[in-house]
Amino acid sequence: MENKAVREIFPRDAKKSYGLVELMKGASPIVRKEPEDTVYTWPNLIMIELICALLVTAALILLVQFEHAPLRSLADPSTTPNPMRAPWYFLGLQEILVYFDPWYAGVVLPGMIIVGLMIFPYVDTNPKGVGYYTYTERKFAVFNYSFGFALWWITIVIGTYLRGLDWQWYWPWSDKLAHMNPALVTLVPLHIVFVNLLHVSKDVAKGFCDVIFLGYFALGMLIPYMFMRKFYDSMGAGRYITFMIFFLSMMGVALKIVLRLLFNIKYIVVTPWINV
Amino acid sequence: MLEKMKEKVVQTQLFKSVFRHGYPDNELNQAYVVFSNIFLHIHPVKVRRTALRMRYTFCLGGITLFLFIMLAVTGIWLMFYYTPYTGLAYKNIKDIQFVIFGGNLMRDLHRFAAHGMVLFVWLHMTRVFLTGAYKAPREFNWVVGVVLLVNTLILSWTGYLLPWDQLAYWAVTVGTKMASYTPFIGQNGPWGAQLGVNPTNDLMFMMIGGTVVGQNALIRFYVLHCVVLPLVVTVFLAVHFWRIRKDGFSGPL
Ligand code: HEM
Repeated sequence: MENKAVREIFPRDAKKSYGLVELMKGASPIVRKEPEDTVYTWPNLIMIELICALLVTAALILLVQFEHAPLRSLADPSTTPNPMRAPWYFLGLQEILVYFDPWYAGVVLPGMIIVGLMIFPYVDTNPKGVGYYTYTERKFAVFNYSFGFALWWITIVIGTYLRGLDWQWYWPWSDKLAHMNPALVTLVPLHIVFVNLLHVSKDVAKGFCDVIFLGYFALGMLIPYMFMRKFYDSMGAGRYITFMIFFLSMMGVALKIVLRLLFNIKYIVVTPWINV
Repeated sequence: MLEKMKEKVVQTQLFKSVFRHGYPDNELNQAYVVFSNIFLHIHPVKVRRTALRMRYTFCLGGITLFLFIMLAVTGIWLMFYYTPYTGLAYKNIKDIQFVIFGGNLMRDLHRFAAHGMVLFVWLHMTRVFLTGAYKAPREFNWVVGVVLLVNTLILSWTGYLLPWDQLAYWAVTVGTKMASYTPFIGQNGPWGAQLGVNPTNDLMFMMIGGTVVGQNALIRFYVLHCVVLPLVVTVFLAVHFWRIRKDGFSGPL
């Protein structure tokens, strides 16, 4: 060691004639610390990082031997490609545009995803499961994360492989060059379904729909509060309400996708300003 | 022989002036190398042996960081050949592809590292989630992480416009069109028109500097992509790493 300057960091206590000492393997004494199973960052961790970096570089260089960055023809404002696809990481949102109006699918929903992710640590009050992988100790949290990102990835897969001309549904074996006849599917708002089924007036039917929509959120808020009191108590009112708004919205998005794909429902609620 | 040369080199004034300690082959210098080096000092001097096991982080955060560095390097290289002008941008990319030595490699690396970064930032987030590493006292670092995630996506998307081909043009046209549907501040959004918002004063106009994607949009996206967003990411990364050390690492590290 070339550093010869010896400094006394812990001056000996003059009143005490003893010190606590333990013998253990190692090349240097550990002071004021319990014996622990540690190794030096250099070279142990640094080498792992270096190898990691080299592997990633090698993998990338290998990849670009087979796959090249695309370059289409010069930008032309007068010819719109059909179908027009966003970059893959936004294809989920583009696919959601099928099920919701743009103000929701393109603006409010992405905003809610971001805010929802940010508040997660503040509404998850379960102290268990830090520092190791576990599903059993935090089933509900893992369920929420997985459900949200399952939606995200499934819609990406749909957008990438199952959408073709005019953003219509094309199976892998369908003729990709022939336009689908959009008239085959008639989309209706939910209240029209009620008008046809129950023979009520449009306004009454719309009232039904509003009740259903608000009822979904109201019951969604109430039921866990009434019957899963432990869950509520563990969170407190503020956390509970915040969490449930995001939770019910996420479930609502999934529900709407199902309603649209299976029953061709375009809107649940229709108002003069916004439709959902 | 090599050993002797190494001895000689590390004893020189030059070496000492740069590193201020000898070669890290003994414990004192192994400690010094980490805490006296600005790049290494984000690490603790010692880590628990179990932390070297890869099956906790899978190196995902580290790979994301490495891809970001790689993007900076290849990106700066590309900047030497690229002009953010609608009349030239596309030709520049063609030149990079077909004329400039190593151009294709650099552009491909930049493109795929970008895709990789988006993928790995998500994988890293998933790792952090599944190990509960966002819980107290690390809540805020998770929030910082989400900011990084969003910035990564926007970085990738602003870069998408720069080649000025059909793919670029229409992806950004449709994407920025979404902004015009923003409630209150978008011309097509709910309560937008009622508030007097029109095509020349709404959010989309602000984003692309006009009513259609053109030269103004290109220069905006260029500056955001090459200067503003990388800086933002760097600042948030500094906070991110600082917080990992201050909050303590969650795992067996
Ligand atoms: C540019 C993007 C990012 C980079 C380069 C990055 C890098 C890192 C690195 C190197 C670590 C050390 C441990 C590891 O490798 O896993 C880490 C830890 C962490 N990251 Fe990130 N990260 C990024 C984005 C994110 C995102 C999107 C989130 C979450 C939303 C996040 C949340 C965290 C948290 C909470 C920790 C502490 C983990 C622990 O203590 O176990 N980071 N990050």
